Amino acid sequence: MNARFVDVCLRLALLVVALVWVGPYLWMVATSFKTLEELVRAPAWPIPSALRLDAYREVLAAVPVWRYTLNTLVMATLIGLLQIALALPAGYALAKLEFTGRRTAFLLVMACLVIPPQVTFVPVFTMLGSLGLVNTMAALVVPFAVSAMGTFLVRQAMLAIPDELIEAARLDGAGEMTIVFRLLAPLVRPTLAAMFLFSFVYHYSDYFWPLMMTTDDRVRTLPLAVALLREQGTGVRWHIVMAGNVLLSLPVLALFGLAQQRILRAVTARVSS
Amino acid sequence: MSLRPTRVHHPYAMLAPTLAVLGVFFLLPLGLALHQSFYSWDLLTPPEPVGFANYRALWASGELLETAWRTLVYSVMVVVSSTSLGLALALLLDREGRFFAFVRGAVFSAYVVSWVAVALLWLWLLDPQAGLVARIVAALRLPSIDWLGDPRFVLATLAGVTVWKITGYAMVIFLAGLQDVPRAVLEAAALDGAGAWQRFRRITWPLLRPTAAFVGTTSLILSFQSFDIVRVMTQGGPVRASSIFVYAIYEQVFVNLRVGRASAITVVFFVLLVGLTALQLWAWRRGARGKVAT
Repeated sequence: MNARFVDVCLRLALLVVALVWVGPYLWMVATSFKTLEELVRAPAWPIPSALRLDAYREVLAAVPVWRYTLNTLVMATLIGLLQIALALPAGYALAKLEFTGRRTAFLLVMACLVIPPQVTFVPVFTMLGSLGLVNTMAALVVPFAVSAMGTFLVRQAMLAIPDELIEAARLDGAGEMTIVFRLLAPLVRPTLAAMFLFSFVYHYSDYFWPLMMTTDDRVRTLPLAVALLREQGTGVRWHIVMAGNVLLSLPVLALFGLAQQRILRAVTARVSS
Repeated sequence: MSLRPTRVHHPYAMLAPTLAVLGVFFLLPLGLALHQSFYSWDLLTPPEPVGFANYRALWASGELLETAWRTLVYSVMVVVSSTSLGLALALLLDREGRFFAFVRGAVFSAYVVSWVAVALLWLWLLDPQAGLVARIVAALRLPSIDWLGDPRFVLATLAGVTVWKITGYAMVIFLAGLQDVPRAVLEAAALDGAGAWQRFRRITWPLLRPTAAFVGTTSLILSFQSFDIVRVMTQGGPVRASSIFVYAIYEQVFVNLRVGRASAITVVFFVLLVGLTALQLWAWRRGARGKVAT
Protein backbone atom coordinates (compact mmCIF):
# COMPACT_ATOMS: atom_id res chain seq x y z
CA MET A 1 0.00 0.00 0.00
CA ASN A 2 2.72 2.43 1.08
CA ALA A 3 5.08 1.42 -1.71
CA ARG A 4 2.26 1.75 -4.20
CA PHE A 5 1.54 5.31 -3.00
CA VAL A 6 5.21 6.27 -3.37
CA ASP A 7 5.24 4.80 -6.87
CA VAL A 8 2.21 6.84 -7.91
CA CYS A 9 3.75 10.04 -6.51
CA LEU A 10 7.00 9.31 -8.36
CA ARG A 11 5.20 8.77 -11.64
CA LEU A 12 3.23 12.00 -11.18
CA ALA A 13 6.41 13.97 -10.47
CA LEU A 14 8.07 12.47 -13.55
CA LEU A 15 5.02 13.33 -15.63
CA VAL A 16 5.52 16.97 -14.61
CA VAL A 17 9.20 16.65 -15.60
CA ALA A 18 8.22 15.29 -19.02
CA LEU A 19 5.76 18.16 -19.41
CA VAL A 20 8.48 20.74 -18.70
CA TRP A 21 10.35 19.35 -21.71
CA VAL A 22 7.55 18.35 -24.07
CA GLY A 23 5.25 21.27 -23.19
CA PRO A 24 7.39 23.94 -24.90
CA TYR A 25 7.45 21.93 -28.16
CA LEU A 26 3.66 21.60 -28.10
CA TRP A 27 3.37 25.33 -27.41
CA MET A 28 5.67 26.03 -30.35
CA VAL A 29 3.54 23.92 -32.71
CA ALA A 30 0.27 25.38 -31.36
CA THR A 31 1.54 28.94 -31.79
CA SER A 32 2.58 28.27 -35.38
CA PHE A 33 -1.04 27.46 -36.35
CA LYS A 34 -2.47 30.67 -34.89
CA THR A 35 -3.18 33.99 -36.56
CA LEU A 36 -1.88 37.37 -35.47
CA GLU A 37 -5.39 38.31 -34.35
CA GLU A 38 -5.64 35.23 -32.12
CA LEU A 39 -2.20 35.89 -30.60
CA VAL A 40 -3.13 39.45 -29.68
CA ARG A 41 -6.57 38.57 -28.32
CA ALA A 42 -5.71 35.52 -26.20
CA PRO A 43 -1.99 34.74 -26.23
CA ALA A 44 -2.21 32.07 -23.51
CA TRP A 45 -5.09 30.10 -25.04
CA PRO A 46 -3.45 26.81 -26.02
CA ILE A 47 -5.61 25.65 -28.91
CA PRO A 48 -5.57 27.41 -32.28
CA SER A 49 -9.03 27.97 -33.77
CA ALA A 50 -8.11 26.00 -36.90
CA LEU A 51 -5.14 24.24 -38.48
CA ARG A 52 -4.13 27.27 -40.49
CA LEU A 53 -0.90 27.25 -42.46
CA ASP A 54 -0.78 31.02 -42.97
CA ALA A 55 2.27 31.43 -40.75
CA TYR A 56 4.16 28.82 -42.76
CA ARG A 57 3.27 30.59 -45.99
CA GLU A 58 4.58 33.85 -44.52
CA VAL A 59 7.85 32.12 -43.57
CA LEU A 60 8.29 30.91 -47.13
CA ALA A 61 7.56 34.41 -48.40
CA ALA A 62 9.87 36.18 -45.94
CA VAL A 63 13.03 34.12 -46.42
CA PRO A 64 14.24 31.78 -49.18
CA VAL A 65 13.71 28.68 -47.04
CA TRP A 66 14.37 26.16 -49.82
CA ARG A 67 17.63 27.81 -50.79
CA TYR A 68 18.76 27.89 -47.13
CA THR A 69 17.68 24.29 -46.55
CA LEU A 70 19.57 23.12 -49.63
CA ASN A 71 22.67 25.04 -48.50
CA THR A 72 22.42 23.48 -45.04
CA LEU A 73 22.04 19.93 -46.36
CA VAL A 74 24.89 20.33 -48.87
CA MET A 75 27.16 21.81 -46.21
CA ALA A 76 26.43 19.19 -43.54
CA THR A 77 26.70 16.29 -46.00
CA LEU A 78 29.99 17.48 -47.47
CA ILE A 79 31.49 17.99 -44.03
CA GLY A 80 30.41 14.53 -42.87
CA LEU A 81 31.76 12.78 -45.98
CA LEU A 82 35.07 14.68 -45.97
CA GLN A 83 35.60 13.93 -42.29
CA ILE A 84 35.16 10.22 -42.94
CA ALA A 85 37.28 10.20 -46.11
CA LEU A 86 40.19 11.95 -44.36
CA ALA A 87 39.90 10.22 -40.97
CA LEU A 88 40.16 6.71 -42.46
CA PRO A 89 43.73 6.94 -43.87
CA ALA A 90 44.87 9.18 -40.98
CA GLY A 91 43.40 6.84 -38.38
CA TYR A 92 44.97 3.84 -40.14
CA ALA A 93 48.42 5.45 -40.20
CA LEU A 94 48.18 6.46 -36.55
CA ALA A 95 46.88 3.07 -35.41
CA LYS A 96 48.74 0.59 -37.57
CA LEU A 97 51.85 1.96 -39.27
CA GLU A 98 55.34 2.36 -37.87
CA PHE A 99 57.02 5.64 -38.78
CA THR A 100 59.10 8.41 -37.29
CA GLY A 101 56.95 11.17 -35.85
CA ARG A 102 53.90 9.05 -35.16
CA ARG A 103 53.69 10.16 -31.54
CA THR A 104 54.05 13.83 -32.51
CA ALA A 105 51.36 13.54 -35.17
CA PHE A 106 49.02 11.88 -32.68
CA LEU A 107 49.63 14.57 -30.04
CA LEU A 108 49.00 17.25 -32.66
CA VAL A 109 45.60 15.75 -33.44
CA MET A 110 44.76 15.47 -29.75
CA ALA A 111 45.85 19.07 -29.08
CA CYS A 112 43.27 20.28 -31.61
CA LEU A 113 40.51 18.81 -29.41
CA VAL A 114 41.13 21.70 -27.01
CA ILE A 115 40.70 24.39 -29.69
CA PRO A 116 37.03 25.15 -30.40
CA PRO A 117 35.75 27.26 -33.33
CA GLN A 118 34.92 29.97 -30.77
CA VAL A 119 38.67 30.56 -30.42
CA THR A 120 39.59 30.34 -34.09
CA PHE A 121 36.80 32.32 -35.76
CA VAL A 122 38.39 35.79 -35.61
CA PRO A 123 41.74 34.81 -37.16
CA VAL A 124 40.07 32.43 -39.65
CA PHE A 125 37.66 35.20 -40.65
CA THR A 126 40.52 37.62 -41.36
CA MET A 127 42.46 34.85 -43.13
CA LEU A 128 39.55 33.92 -45.42
CA GLY A 129 38.78 37.61 -45.88
CA SER A 130 42.23 38.32 -47.29
CA LEU A 131 41.83 35.34 -49.64
CA GLY A 132 38.39 36.55 -50.75
CA LEU A 133 36.79 33.34 -49.47
CA VAL A 134 34.26 34.85 -47.07
CA ASN A 135 30.71 34.12 -48.27
CA THR A 136 31.61 30.87 -50.00
CA MET A 137 30.62 27.29 -49.36
CA ALA A 138 34.34 26.58 -48.93
CA ALA A 139 34.45 28.85 -45.86
CA LEU A 140 31.70 26.73 -44.30
CA VAL A 141 33.05 23.30 -45.24
CA VAL A 142 36.87 23.26 -45.44
CA PRO A 143 37.61 24.37 -41.83
CA PHE A 144 35.61 21.33 -40.67
CA ALA A 145 36.90 18.84 -43.25
CA VAL A 146 38.90 17.23 -40.47
CA SER A 147 37.45 16.34 -37.11
CA ALA A 148 40.13 15.77 -34.48
CA MET A 149 37.60 13.78 -32.44
CA GLY A 150 36.61 11.70 -35.47
CA THR A 151 40.24 10.96 -36.35
CA PHE A 152 40.82 9.85 -32.78
CA LEU A 153 37.74 7.61 -32.76
CA VAL A 154 38.67 5.96 -36.08
CA ARG A 155 42.19 5.34 -34.74
CA GLN A 156 40.73 3.72 -31.61
CA ALA A 157 38.48 1.49 -33.71
CA MET A 158 41.40 0.45 -35.95
CA LEU A 159 43.56 -0.48 -32.96
CA ALA A 160 41.10 -3.30 -32.27
CA ILE A 161 41.62 -4.85 -35.73
CA PRO A 162 44.30 -7.61 -35.79
CA ASP A 163 47.46 -6.88 -37.82
CA GLU A 164 47.29 -10.35 -39.43
CA LEU A 165 44.24 -9.29 -41.40
CA ILE A 166 46.17 -6.44 -43.02
CA GLU A 167 49.24 -8.61 -43.58
CA ALA A 168 47.10 -11.22 -45.32
CA ALA A 169 45.58 -8.56 -47.58
CA ARG A 170 49.05 -7.28 -48.46
CA LEU A 171 50.15 -10.81 -49.38
CA ASP A 172 47.14 -11.00 -51.65
CA GLY A 173 48.53 -7.94 -53.41
CA ALA A 174 46.12 -5.29 -52.08
CA GLY A 175 47.42 -1.71 -52.11
CA GLU A 176 47.22 0.45 -49.00
CA MET A 177 44.24 2.50 -50.28
CA THR A 178 42.35 -0.72 -51.04
CA ILE A 179 43.11 -1.96 -47.52
CA VAL A 180 41.89 1.29 -45.91
CA PHE A 181 38.74 1.90 -47.94
CA ARG A 182 37.70 -1.65 -48.95
CA LEU A 183 38.86 -3.84 -46.07
CA LEU A 184 39.00 -1.65 -42.95
CA ALA A 185 36.23 0.88 -43.61
CA PRO A 186 33.45 -1.77 -43.47
CA LEU A 187 34.96 -3.17 -40.26
CA VAL A 188 34.77 0.21 -38.46
CA ARG A 189 31.37 1.08 -39.90
CA PRO A 190 29.62 1.65 -36.54
CA THR A 191 32.25 4.27 -35.67
CA LEU A 192 31.87 5.94 -39.08
CA ALA A 193 28.08 5.95 -38.81
CA ALA A 194 28.16 7.55 -35.36
CA MET A 195 30.72 10.08 -36.59
CA PHE A 196 28.55 11.06 -39.56
CA LEU A 197 25.42 11.31 -37.41
CA PHE A 198 27.04 13.60 -34.83
CA SER A 199 28.75 15.73 -37.43
CA PHE A 200 25.62 16.06 -39.54
CA VAL A 201 23.33 17.04 -36.66
CA TYR A 202 25.93 19.44 -35.27
CA HIS A 203 26.51 21.27 -38.55
CA TYR A 204 22.85 21.17 -39.59
CA SER A 205 22.06 23.07 -36.37
CA ASP A 206 25.17 25.23 -36.29
CA TYR A 207 24.44 28.93 -36.06
CA PHE A 208 27.83 30.21 -34.95
CA TRP A 209 30.12 29.48 -37.89
CA PRO A 210 27.77 30.38 -40.77
CA LEU A 211 26.84 33.60 -38.94
CA MET A 212 30.50 34.64 -38.80
CA MET A 213 31.52 33.54 -42.29
CA THR A 214 28.56 34.55 -44.47
CA THR A 215 26.38 37.55 -45.21
CA ASP A 216 24.96 36.37 -48.49
CA ASP A 217 21.69 34.48 -49.14
CA ARG A 218 23.42 32.25 -51.67
CA VAL A 219 25.37 30.38 -48.98
CA ARG A 220 23.51 31.12 -45.73
CA THR A 221 21.97 28.26 -43.76
CA LEU A 222 18.62 27.47 -42.17
CA PRO A 223 19.34 28.36 -38.50
CA LEU A 224 20.34 31.86 -39.66
CA ALA A 225 17.15 32.23 -41.65
CA VAL A 226 14.96 31.29 -38.72
CA ALA A 227 16.82 33.60 -36.33
CA LEU A 228 16.40 36.33 -38.94
CA LEU A 229 12.62 35.90 -38.91
CA ARG A 230 12.60 37.39 -35.44
CA GLU A 231 15.07 40.18 -36.17
CA GLN A 232 12.98 41.29 -39.13
CA GLY A 233 9.75 41.20 -37.15
CA THR A 234 8.24 44.12 -35.37
CA GLY A 235 5.89 43.54 -32.45
CA VAL A 236 4.09 40.25 -31.98
CA ARG A 237 4.85 38.01 -34.93
CA TRP A 238 5.57 34.95 -32.84
CA HIS A 239 3.34 32.67 -34.92
CA ILE A 240 5.66 33.23 -37.88
CA VAL A 241 8.85 32.78 -35.84
CA MET A 242 7.46 29.56 -34.33
CA ALA A 243 6.48 28.26 -37.77
CA GLY A 244 10.10 28.74 -38.84
CA ASN A 245 11.21 27.08 -35.65
CA VAL A 246 9.02 24.04 -36.36
CA LEU A 247 10.55 23.75 -39.85
CA LEU A 248 14.03 23.91 -38.30
CA SER A 249 13.62 21.48 -35.42
CA LEU A 250 11.05 18.98 -36.65
CA PRO A 251 13.46 16.96 -38.85
CA VAL A 252 15.91 16.59 -35.95
CA LEU A 253 13.19 15.68 -33.45
CA ALA A 254 11.72 13.17 -35.91
CA LEU A 255 15.15 11.60 -36.46
CA PHE A 256 15.62 11.40 -32.70
CA GLY A 257 12.18 9.84 -32.23
CA LEU A 258 12.91 7.16 -34.83
CA ALA A 259 16.42 6.27 -33.71
CA GLN A 260 16.31 7.16 -30.02
CA GLN A 261 17.87 3.94 -28.71
CA ARG A 262 20.72 3.97 -31.23
CA ILE A 263 21.45 7.65 -30.62
CA LEU A 264 21.59 7.21 -26.84
CA ARG A 265 23.93 4.21 -27.26
CA ALA A 266 26.16 6.23 -29.58
CA VAL A 267 26.35 9.13 -27.10
CA THR A 268 27.42 6.88 -24.25
CA ALA A 269 29.88 4.95 -26.46
CA ARG A 270 31.51 8.24 -27.40
CA VAL A 271 31.96 9.21 -23.77
CA SER A 272 33.48 5.93 -22.66
CA SER A 273 36.26 6.32 -25.22
CA MET B 1 52.40 -4.60 -32.63
CA SER B 2 52.32 -2.43 -35.65
CA LEU B 3 53.14 -2.80 -39.28
CA ARG B 4 55.97 -1.59 -41.41
CA PRO B 5 54.60 0.64 -44.19
CA THR B 6 55.03 -0.83 -47.69
CA ARG B 7 56.58 2.46 -48.81
CA VAL B 8 58.34 4.86 -46.43
CA HIS B 9 56.28 7.87 -47.50
CA HIS B 10 52.87 6.19 -47.13
CA PRO B 11 52.06 7.18 -43.54
CA TYR B 12 53.04 10.79 -44.23
CA ALA B 13 50.89 10.96 -47.34
CA MET B 14 47.95 9.48 -45.43
CA LEU B 15 48.27 12.02 -42.63
CA ALA B 16 49.08 15.04 -44.82
CA PRO B 17 45.50 16.23 -45.53
CA THR B 18 44.46 15.81 -41.90
CA LEU B 19 47.47 17.63 -40.51
CA ALA B 20 47.21 20.35 -43.17
CA VAL B 21 43.59 21.16 -42.29
CA LEU B 22 44.25 21.02 -38.55
CA GLY B 23 47.36 23.16 -38.98
CA VAL B 24 45.69 25.83 -41.09
CA PHE B 25 42.35 26.04 -39.25
CA PHE B 26 43.28 25.19 -35.65
CA LEU B 27 46.97 25.81 -34.91
CA LEU B 28 47.82 28.68 -37.25
CA PRO B 29 44.81 30.74 -36.04
CA LEU B 30 46.16 30.57 -32.48
CA GLY B 31 49.38 32.21 -33.59
CA LEU B 32 47.49 34.66 -35.76
CA ALA B 33 45.23 35.68 -32.86
CA LEU B 34 48.27 36.33 -30.67
CA HIS B 35 49.90 38.34 -33.47
CA GLN B 36 46.79 40.41 -34.21
CA SER B 37 46.25 41.17 -30.54
CA PHE B 38 49.26 43.55 -30.76
CA TYR B 39 47.71 45.51 -33.63
CA SER B 40 44.92 47.99 -34.04
CA TRP B 41 42.89 47.00 -37.09
CA ASP B 42 39.40 47.99 -38.29
CA LEU B 43 39.37 45.60 -41.32
CA LEU B 44 39.26 48.62 -43.68
CA THR B 45 42.58 50.44 -43.21
CA PRO B 46 45.95 48.65 -42.78
CA PRO B 47 46.70 47.28 -39.28
CA GLU B 48 48.88 49.41 -36.98
CA PRO B 49 51.18 47.90 -34.33
CA VAL B 50 50.20 49.13 -30.87
CA GLY B 51 52.09 46.86 -28.46
CA PHE B 52 50.10 45.91 -25.40
CA ALA B 53 47.58 48.75 -25.83
CA ASN B 54 44.67 46.37 -26.53
CA TYR B 55 45.28 44.42 -23.34
CA ARG B 56 45.81 47.60 -21.33
CA ALA B 57 42.59 49.15 -22.60
CA LEU B 58 40.58 45.98 -21.89
CA TRP B 59 42.04 45.83 -18.40
CA ALA B 60 41.65 49.54 -17.61
CA SER B 61 38.04 49.71 -18.77
CA GLY B 62 37.26 46.69 -16.63
CA GLU B 63 35.79 44.92 -19.66
CA LEU B 64 38.08 41.92 -19.38
CA LEU B 65 37.42 41.21 -15.71
CA GLU B 66 33.70 41.86 -16.02
CA THR B 67 33.39 39.55 -19.02
CA ALA B 68 35.35 36.82 -17.24
CA TRP B 69 33.23 37.23 -14.11
CA ARG B 70 29.91 37.11 -16.02
CA THR B 71 31.05 34.01 -17.90
CA LEU B 72 32.08 32.34 -14.65
CA VAL B 73 28.79 33.18 -12.89
CA TYR B 74 26.76 31.87 -15.83
CA SER B 75 28.88 28.72 -16.14
CA VAL B 76 28.80 27.86 -12.45
CA MET B 77 24.99 28.20 -12.41
CA VAL B 78 24.76 25.94 -15.47
CA VAL B 79 27.19 23.30 -14.19
CA VAL B 80 25.76 23.01 -10.68
CA SER B 81 22.14 22.88 -11.82
CA SER B 82 22.50 20.62 -14.85
CA THR B 83 24.80 18.15 -13.09
CA SER B 84 22.65 17.78 -9.96
CA LEU B 85 19.39 17.72 -11.93
CA GLY B 86 20.87 15.22 -14.40
CA LEU B 87 21.97 12.98 -11.54
CA ALA B 88 18.58 13.17 -9.81
CA LEU B 89 16.73 12.35 -13.04
CA ALA B 90 19.10 9.47 -13.82
CA LEU B 91 18.49 7.95 -10.37
CA LEU B 92 14.70 8.27 -10.74
CA LEU B 93 14.57 7.11 -14.36
CA ASP B 94 16.93 4.12 -14.14
CA ARG B 95 14.03 1.66 -14.49
CA GLU B 96 12.44 -0.57 -17.11
CA GLY B 97 9.15 0.36 -18.74
CA ARG B 98 7.77 2.49 -21.52
CA PHE B 99 6.75 5.36 -19.24
CA PHE B 100 10.29 5.85 -17.95
CA ALA B 101 11.72 5.50 -21.46
CA PHE B 102 9.32 8.23 -22.59
CA VAL B 103 10.42 10.64 -19.84
CA ARG B 104 14.09 9.90 -20.60
CA GLY B 105 13.51 10.62 -24.28
CA ALA B 106 11.61 13.83 -23.54
CA VAL B 107 14.39 15.22 -21.35
CA PHE B 108 17.15 14.24 -23.78
CA SER B 109 15.36 15.57 -26.87
CA ALA B 110 16.27 19.17 -26.01
CA TYR B 111 19.93 18.25 -26.35
CA VAL B 112 19.35 17.25 -29.99
CA VAL B 113 17.45 20.40 -31.03
CA SER B 114 19.56 23.35 -32.20
CA TRP B 115 20.50 26.19 -29.85
CA VAL B 116 18.76 28.67 -32.14
CA ALA B 117 15.48 26.77 -31.94
CA VAL B 118 15.73 26.52 -28.15
CA ALA B 119 16.62 30.22 -27.81
CA LEU B 120 13.72 31.37 -30.00
CA LEU B 121 11.30 29.03 -28.27
CA TRP B 122 12.19 30.34 -24.81
CA LEU B 123 12.24 33.92 -26.02
CA TRP B 124 8.58 33.42 -26.88
CA LEU B 125 7.75 31.51 -23.68
CA LEU B 126 9.41 34.29 -21.61
CA ASP B 127 7.86 37.18 -23.54
CA PRO B 128 6.96 39.75 -20.83
CA GLN B 129 3.43 40.41 -22.15
CA ALA B 130 2.16 37.43 -24.12
CA GLY B 131 4.55 34.69 -23.01
CA LEU B 132 3.26 31.52 -21.40
CA VAL B 133 5.56 31.88 -18.37
CA ALA B 134 4.35 35.42 -17.65
CA ARG B 135 0.74 34.21 -17.93
CA ILE B 136 1.33 31.34 -15.50
CA VAL B 137 3.12 33.65 -13.06
CA ALA B 138 0.20 36.10 -13.27
CA ALA B 139 -2.37 33.34 -12.79
CA LEU B 140 -0.56 32.16 -9.65
CA ARG B 141 -0.47 35.80 -8.44
CA LEU B 142 3.31 35.72 -8.06
CA PRO B 143 5.31 38.94 -8.56
CA SER B 144 6.15 39.32 -12.23
CA ILE B 145 9.80 39.24 -13.26
CA ASP B 146 11.29 40.72 -16.39
CA TRP B 147 13.38 37.61 -17.10
CA LEU B 148 15.52 38.95 -19.92
CA GLY B 149 15.13 42.71 -19.43
CA ASP B 150 16.38 42.97 -15.84
CA PRO B 151 20.19 43.02 -15.53
CA ARG B 152 19.92 41.24 -12.16
CA PHE B 153 18.16 38.19 -13.59
CA VAL B 154 19.31 37.92 -17.19
CA LEU B 155 22.31 35.64 -16.56
CA ALA B 156 20.23 33.33 -14.36
CA THR B 157 17.56 33.18 -17.07
CA LEU B 158 20.09 32.30 -19.77
CA ALA B 159 21.58 29.71 -17.42
CA GLY B 160 18.11 28.25 -16.87
CA VAL B 161 17.50 27.88 -20.61
CA THR B 162 20.94 26.29 -20.99
CA VAL B 163 20.12 23.84 -18.20
CA TRP B 164 16.86 22.95 -19.98
CA LYS B 165 18.88 22.21 -23.11
CA ILE B 166 21.80 20.18 -21.68
CA THR B 167 20.42 18.37 -18.61
CA GLY B 168 19.40 15.47 -20.84
CA TYR B 169 23.04 14.95 -21.75
CA ALA B 170 24.11 14.85 -18.08
CA MET B 171 21.26 12.43 -17.37
CA VAL B 172 22.26 10.03 -20.16
CA ILE B 173 25.89 9.98 -19.01
CA PHE B 174 24.82 9.31 -15.43
CA LEU B 175 22.48 6.54 -16.63
CA ALA B 176 25.45 4.92 -18.36
CA GLY B 177 27.51 5.32 -15.16
CA LEU B 178 24.76 3.64 -13.15
CA GLN B 179 25.23 0.47 -15.23
CA ASP B 180 28.56 0.01 -13.38
CA VAL B 181 26.84 -0.06 -9.99
CA PRO B 182 26.31 -3.74 -9.13
CA ARG B 183 22.63 -4.44 -8.42
CA ALA B 184 23.50 -7.38 -6.14
CA VAL B 185 25.43 -5.11 -3.76
CA LEU B 186 22.54 -2.63 -3.60
CA GLU B 187 20.06 -5.44 -2.91
CA ALA B 188 22.27 -6.95 -0.22
CA ALA B 189 22.59 -3.54 1.44
CA ALA B 190 18.82 -3.10 1.32
CA LEU B 191 18.37 -6.50 2.99
CA ASP B 192 20.81 -5.43 5.67
CA GLY B 193 18.51 -2.50 6.40
CA ALA B 194 20.36 0.32 4.62
CA GLY B 195 17.91 3.07 3.62
CA ALA B 196 17.73 4.63 0.15
CA TRP B 197 19.90 7.61 1.15
CA GLN B 198 22.53 5.39 2.78
CA ARG B 199 22.67 3.11 -0.25
CA PHE B 200 23.21 6.17 -2.46
CA ARG B 201 25.75 7.77 -0.16
CA ARG B 202 27.83 4.64 0.51
CA ILE B 203 27.55 2.61 -2.70
CA THR B 204 26.17 4.52 -5.69
CA TRP B 205 27.85 7.90 -5.24
CA PRO B 206 31.45 6.65 -4.77
CA LEU B 207 31.07 4.65 -8.00
CA LEU B 208 29.53 7.62 -9.84
CA ARG B 209 32.16 10.16 -8.83
CA PRO B 210 34.29 9.80 -11.98
CA THR B 211 31.11 10.21 -14.07
CA ALA B 212 30.20 13.33 -12.09
CA ALA B 213 33.69 14.74 -12.67
CA PHE B 214 33.29 14.10 -16.41
CA VAL B 215 29.83 15.66 -16.61
CA GLY B 216 30.81 18.66 -14.49
CA THR B 217 33.97 19.56 -16.35
CA THR B 218 32.48 18.89 -19.79
CA SER B 219 29.51 21.17 -19.15
CA LEU B 220 31.84 23.79 -17.64
CA ILE B 221 33.87 23.95 -20.86
CA LEU B 222 30.70 23.86 -22.96
CA SER B 223 29.05 26.74 -21.09
CA PHE B 224 32.23 28.81 -21.26
CA GLN B 225 31.79 28.67 -25.04
CA SER B 226 28.10 29.66 -25.11
CA PHE B 227 27.20 32.15 -27.79
CA ASP B 228 24.04 31.30 -29.73
CA ILE B 229 21.55 31.88 -26.94
CA VAL B 230 23.17 35.19 -26.00
CA ARG B 231 23.14 36.38 -29.60
CA VAL B 232 19.52 35.35 -30.17
CA MET B 233 17.98 36.14 -26.79
CA THR B 234 19.73 39.24 -25.41
CA GLN B 235 22.53 40.50 -27.71
CA GLY B 236 24.61 40.82 -24.56
CA GLY B 237 22.11 43.17 -22.91
CA PRO B 238 20.56 44.75 -21.00
CA VAL B 239 23.48 47.16 -20.41
CA ARG B 240 26.00 44.38 -21.21
CA ALA B 241 24.79 42.28 -18.29
CA SER B 242 24.84 39.11 -20.40
CA SER B 243 27.92 39.84 -22.52
CA ILE B 244 29.96 36.68 -21.92
CA PHE B 245 33.27 35.78 -23.58
CA VAL B 246 32.40 34.62 -27.09
CA TYR B 247 29.72 37.30 -27.45
CA ALA B 248 32.19 39.98 -26.34
CA ILE B 249 34.68 38.78 -28.98
CA TYR B 250 31.98 38.73 -31.65
CA GLU B 251 30.84 42.23 -30.75
CA GLN B 252 34.37 43.64 -30.98
CA VAL B 253 34.86 42.23 -34.50
CA PHE B 254 31.49 42.49 -36.16
CA VAL B 255 29.93 45.47 -34.37
CA ASN B 256 32.90 47.63 -33.34
CA LEU B 257 35.25 46.47 -36.14
CA ARG B 258 38.14 46.13 -33.69
CA VAL B 259 40.07 43.02 -34.67
CA GLY B 260 42.93 43.80 -32.25
CA ARG B 261 40.66 44.04 -29.21
CA ALA B 262 38.79 40.91 -30.26
CA SER B 263 42.06 39.02 -30.66
CA ALA B 264 43.26 40.12 -27.22
CA ILE B 265 40.04 38.79 -25.63
CA THR B 266 40.42 35.61 -27.71
CA VAL B 267 43.94 35.06 -26.35
CA VAL B 268 42.79 35.46 -22.74
CA PHE B 269 39.76 33.26 -23.43
CA PHE B 270 41.92 30.50 -24.88
CA VAL B 271 44.33 30.58 -21.93
CA LEU B 272 41.35 30.15 -19.59
CA LEU B 273 40.01 27.25 -21.71
CA VAL B 274 43.37 25.49 -21.52
CA GLY B 275 43.27 25.97 -17.75
CA LEU B 276 39.79 24.41 -17.62
CA THR B 277 40.93 21.48 -19.75
CA ALA B 278 43.86 20.90 -17.39
CA LEU B 279 41.33 20.90 -14.55
CA GLN B 280 39.25 18.39 -16.50
CA LEU B 281 42.20 16.01 -17.03
CA TRP B 282 43.13 16.31 -13.36
CA ALA B 283 39.54 15.52 -12.29
CA TRP B 284 39.42 12.47 -14.60
CA ARG B 285 42.73 11.11 -13.37
CA ARG B 286 41.61 11.55 -9.78
CA GLY B 287 38.25 9.99 -10.57
CA ALA B 288 39.92 7.07 -12.34
CA ARG B 289 42.21 6.47 -9.39
CA GLY B 290 39.21 6.57 -7.02
CA LYS B 291 37.53 3.99 -9.23
CA VAL B 292 40.49 1.62 -9.04
CA ALA B 293 40.63 2.00 -5.26
CA THR B 294 37.00 0.99 -4.72
